[in-house]
Amino acid sequence: MAKILMKGNEAIAEAALRAGANNYFCYPITPQTEVAEYLAKRMPDFGGVFLQAESEIAVGNMLFGAASTGKRVFTSSSSPGISLMQEALSYMAGAHLPVVILNIMRGGPGLGGILPAQSDYFQATKGGGHGDYRILVLAPSTLQEAVDLTMLAFHLADKYRNPAMIIGDGMIGQMMEPVEFPEKYIESDLPAKTWAATGASGRKPLIIKSLFLDPYALERNNIALKEKYDQMQREEVRFELYKTNAKNRILIVSYGTMARICQTAIDALESEGISVGLFRPISVYPFPHSQLREEASRANIETVLTIEMSMGQMLEDVERAVAERKPVKFFGRTGGIVPSPEEVTEEIRKLLDPKPAPMKSRKG
Amino acid sequence: MPGVVIDKNHCKGCELCVKACPQKILSMSREITLRGYFYAQMHDPSRCIGCRICAITCPDAAISVHHHGQMYLLFEY
Amino acid sequence: MQDTHTTFARPEGLTDVVTHYCPGCTHGVIHRLVAEVLVELGLRERTVGVAPVGCSVLAYNYFNTDFLESPHGRAPALATGFKRLRPDLIVFTYQGDGDLASIGMAEIIHAANRGEKFTTIFVNNAIYGMTGGQMAPTTLPGQVTSTCPFGRDTQTTGMPIRMVELLATLGTPSYLERVAVHSPAHIIRAKQAIKKAFAYQKEGRCFSLVEVLSTCPTNWGITPTEATQWLDANLKAYFPLGIFKQPEGLK
Repeated sequence: MAKILMKGNEAIAEAALRAGANNYFCYPITPQTEVAEYLAKRMPDFGGVFLQAESEIAVGNMLFGAASTGKRVFTSSSSPGISLMQEALSYMAGAHLPVVILNIMRGGPGLGGILPAQSDYFQATKGGGHGDYRILVLAPSTLQEAVDLTMLAFHLADKYRNPAMIIGDGMIGQMMEPVEFPEKYIESDLPAKTWAATGASGRKPLIIKSLFLDPYALERNNIALKEKYDQMQREEVRFELYKTNAKNRILIVSYGTMARICQTAIDALESEGISVGLFRPISVYPFPHSQLREEASRANIETVLTIEMSMGQMLEDVERAVAERKPVKFFGRTGGIVPSPEEVTEEIRKLLDPKPAPMKSRKG
Repeated sequence: MPGVVIDKNHCKGCELCVKACPQKILSMSREITLRGYFYAQMHDPSRCIGCRICAITCPDAAISVHHHGQMYLLFEY
Repeated sequence: MQDTHTTFARPEGLTDVVTHYCPGCTHGVIHRLVAEVLVELGLRERTVGVAPVGCSVLAYNYFNTDFLESPHGRAPALATGFKRLRPDLIVFTYQGDGDLASIGMAEIIHAANRGEKFTTIFVNNAIYGMTGGQMAPTTLPGQVTSTCPFGRDTQTTGMPIRMVELLATLGTPSYLERVAVHSPAHIIRAKQAIKKAFAYQKEGRCFSLVEVLSTCPTNWGITPTEATQWLDANLKAYFPLGIFKQPEGLK
C-alpha cells in the first residue's frame, strides 16, 4: 500500500473510517477542526453518520446513544471540549459502552491557548469525570503511530466495553507526514455485542444504564469495572525504549511529540559521547509502571528526567514508578511552547554537570 | 353485565377513580393492602355501566374492566 | 356460561412492576398511555426509550421495551445519536420539566431544530418532583416551592417558560401539542396526541413532542383529587392546550 502525505488530523480521521467507525459526532474546536471537515466530506464514501452537534456536551451524550446501538462511534475534540464530555464519559464507562475519543491537546487551563500542550494527562488518565472509572489512553508520537493506535483503539474499546482515548497534541494534529493504511484491516475476534439495544423483539427488554440505587449492586458494578482495568494493566501496557544501554547516565521519560524532540536531543548528545536513553510510554493508562521501574533501577542510571509540555503531570506517575530509587527531575514548557532539542540538551547538560549559577552583574 | 377488577397489589389508594366514576359506585376500603394503602373497591356492582372511566383515570393501571354478554362501548379509547 | 370479554386491561407495554410514583401521580397515567399506543401501533418490539433524571428515572423498569438511561437533560442527545444510527427503530424520550426545560434546554431545542425523528413526552408539573419540590422553569408566578418559599417572584426569576410555544417558533417542521391528564376526557385526548406523535415517527416524518400537564400532589402539598382541580384552575390558564405545530405547516 502506498504512503500518502497527510495532515495528522486527517490521517487519524481516515484511520477511524478504515477501522469500521463510520459514525462521528463533533463540535469545531482548534486545533482539531480539520478532523471534522475531513470527515464531513469523506463520510458519504463510508455510508455512515456525520453530525455536528450544538456543543461538546451534546456530542458526548450523542456518543452514548450511538454507542448503545453497538456500532463503532467516535469523536475528536481538544482540551476544553474534552472537559465538557467528562459527564458523558463517566456515564459511558459506568454503562460499559465502547467509544473512542481523540483529544488534540492545547494549552490550558481555561480557554488557554491553541498551541500544543500535554496538559490533559491528569484529565485523561486519572478519570476526568466523577466516579471510580478509567479510560484506556494511548499517546502516539508519529502520524503513522497515530493511525495505528487509532485503529487499535476501536478494537480495545470493543474488547473492554470501555471508552478509549488517543491523546495527541497540536503538532500531531497539524503536522504532515507520510502514512500508510493497511490494505485490509484485520483484527482478532471480538465477542458479539449482545448488550446492544435493538428493540425487545423475541427477548426480554434490556437496559443500558449506570444507575444502581442498591449500594451492593453499585459496588458490584464498580468491581466489574475494576476487573476490566486490572486486565488492561496486564495486557495493554505499551511503551518503547530508545537508545537505552548500559552507558546511559540519564533516563528520559517523555511521550508524544515531546518524545521525538527528546530523540533528536539524544542523537545530538550521542555524537558528543554523552549517552542518554529514552523510555517512551505509549499507553499512559495503563501506565508502564513496573517496566519503567526496571529501566530506572539499572545501576548506570543516575537521574530520571521527565520532560513534558505541562507543569508536570506524567511526572507523578514517573515518581510513583521510580519509587525513590533514583532522583526524578522535571523539565517542561507550557502555554503552548514546544521545547527545542537544544533546550532539552541544555537541561541534560545541567543535570550531568551542574555549574554554579553565573554571578549577576549589577546591571542585571 | 360489566364489572371491574381492582388489583390490590398496584392500587395506591389515590382515590382518583372514586371521583371519576359517573355512577359513584367506587369507594375506599377500610382495610389496608400489604403496602399500607387503603384500596379502592366497587360497593355496588349492579350499577356498573362498564364505561372504563375508572380504569382510564387510574395512574397505576390497577383496574381492568370486563363484561359478560353484549356490550356497547360509548367512546373509542 | 356467558363469555367474558375484557374491555380494558393493563397493557402489555407495561411490566408488572409496581411503580415507585406517589399515589395519584399522573406519571402513571402517561406511562400507560405511551405503553398502550406502542402496542396499538405495533411498535413495542422495536422501540427504545430514553429515561431521564427526575421522578421517572426508573421508567426503564416499567416499560416492556429496551431503554437507555441518560444524564440529566441529555436525553434528546442520546436519542439523536441512537436514532441516527438506527432509523428503523422507534425512539422516545420521556422527560420532566427540570430535565427538558432547565438543564436540557439546549439539547431539546437543537434536536427539535435538526428535526430528529424521535418522539419526546414532556411531563410538565410545574415543579421538581424527585429532588423534593423545588422551583422549575415552569413554576407559576406566586407558586410556593421549597426554593421559592415566599412564592415565585418573577422580578428575580422571570416568567415560566412555555416549551411548545418556544419550539413552535423553529422553522423545521415538527408535531407539537400540549395536553393534560387530570380528567378522563383530557386523558382520552392526550392518548390521541401521543398516538399521533408516534404515528409521525412511524412514518419517519418529523420530530414530535407532546407536553403533558400533570399533577404532583406530594410536592404541591394537596391530595390527588385536589391536585387535578388545581391543574384545571391554574396550569391550564398559563399553559394553553392544543396543537401548536404540525408538519403539514398548518397551525
